[in-house]
Amino acid sequence: MRRLVPLLAVLALGVAACSEKEQIAEFKRGKYQGKPDTPAWDNGPLPDTFRGSQWKQGDRASWEESIKKRQLAQHEYRRIYQ
Amino acid sequence: MARMKFLCDAERCIECNGCVTACKNENEVPWGVNRRRVVTINDGVVGAEKSISVACMHCSDAPCMAVCPVDCFYRTDDGVVLHDKDLCIGCGYCFYACPFGAPQFPQAGAFGLRGKMDKCTFCAGGPEADRSEAEFKKYGRNRLAEGKLPACAEMCSTKALLGGDGDVIADIYRERVLRRGKGADLWGWSSAYGLPGQKPGAQPVQPQPQPSSGKS
Repeated sequence: MRRLVPLLAVLALGVAACSEKEQIAEFKRGKYQGKPDTPAWDNGPLPDTFRGSQWKQGDRASWEESIKKRQLAQHEYRRIYQ
Repeated sequence: MARMKFLCDAERCIECNGCVTACKNENEVPWGVNRRRVVTINDGVVGAEKSISVACMHCSDAPCMAVCPVDCFYRTDDGVVLHDKDLCIGCGYCFYACPFGAPQFPQAGAFGLRGKMDKCTFCAGGPEADRSEAEFKKYGRNRLAEGKLPACAEMCSTKALLGGDGDVIADIYRERVLRRGKGADLWGWSSAYGLPGQKPGAQPVQPQPQPSSGKS
């Protein structure tokens, strides 16, 4: 019995690393120590003279729609053939 | 919901450094800091030379956020990873954690003193009033708040660098690969946007071959 106890202790130490937790960052959503930041769609579109995208201020869906049009401009097959 | 990502097509990148220049110019990045750079492998080897444009990939599970001792990183609703320079202490942990070498540290101070971290913001500014002078000085231009995409992607002459919602740019890339019939490798995507719970850099699970029914 006296020999068995140290042996079990060594075995327990040997498998200790098996219980290690995944070291992956947790997804954080806007909670951090710093200042708050306003989302892009809370700003109004630029004046017409700049010919930028147009959306309704504060409306996320319309901003996403306008930025999607801009993204599709990177699609040269559609841009050229349509 | 938009989930902003970068995608670099190694078949198209011609190492012109237009993206690097566009970023430098648009954000007035100081000397010695490169938010974006072009990496070339097999330089000069005919047929094997590939270039890619590298910057912060705004990872789904960003390691920089995990290691920051002052918790100065945050993620916007569009999935852009940003940081607060008022909190940053310039320790450099994020540089060691980042698989893309994105965090940069100005060393213009006395005795090469390392300043606060600077990195690509996806042209989304930072935690200051949008489009304000303070935001521009600290973080660069906020093009997303102007309804525009990052300058590097919009300026790319061969459209090798795509920026925008992951679904949209992945569709563009898919059609491109189908037309040319090659070059489907997405450099850095598994590291940056791997599935939740998957370790960064892990390879996607390959489908196992089905056992045959046996009568052959």
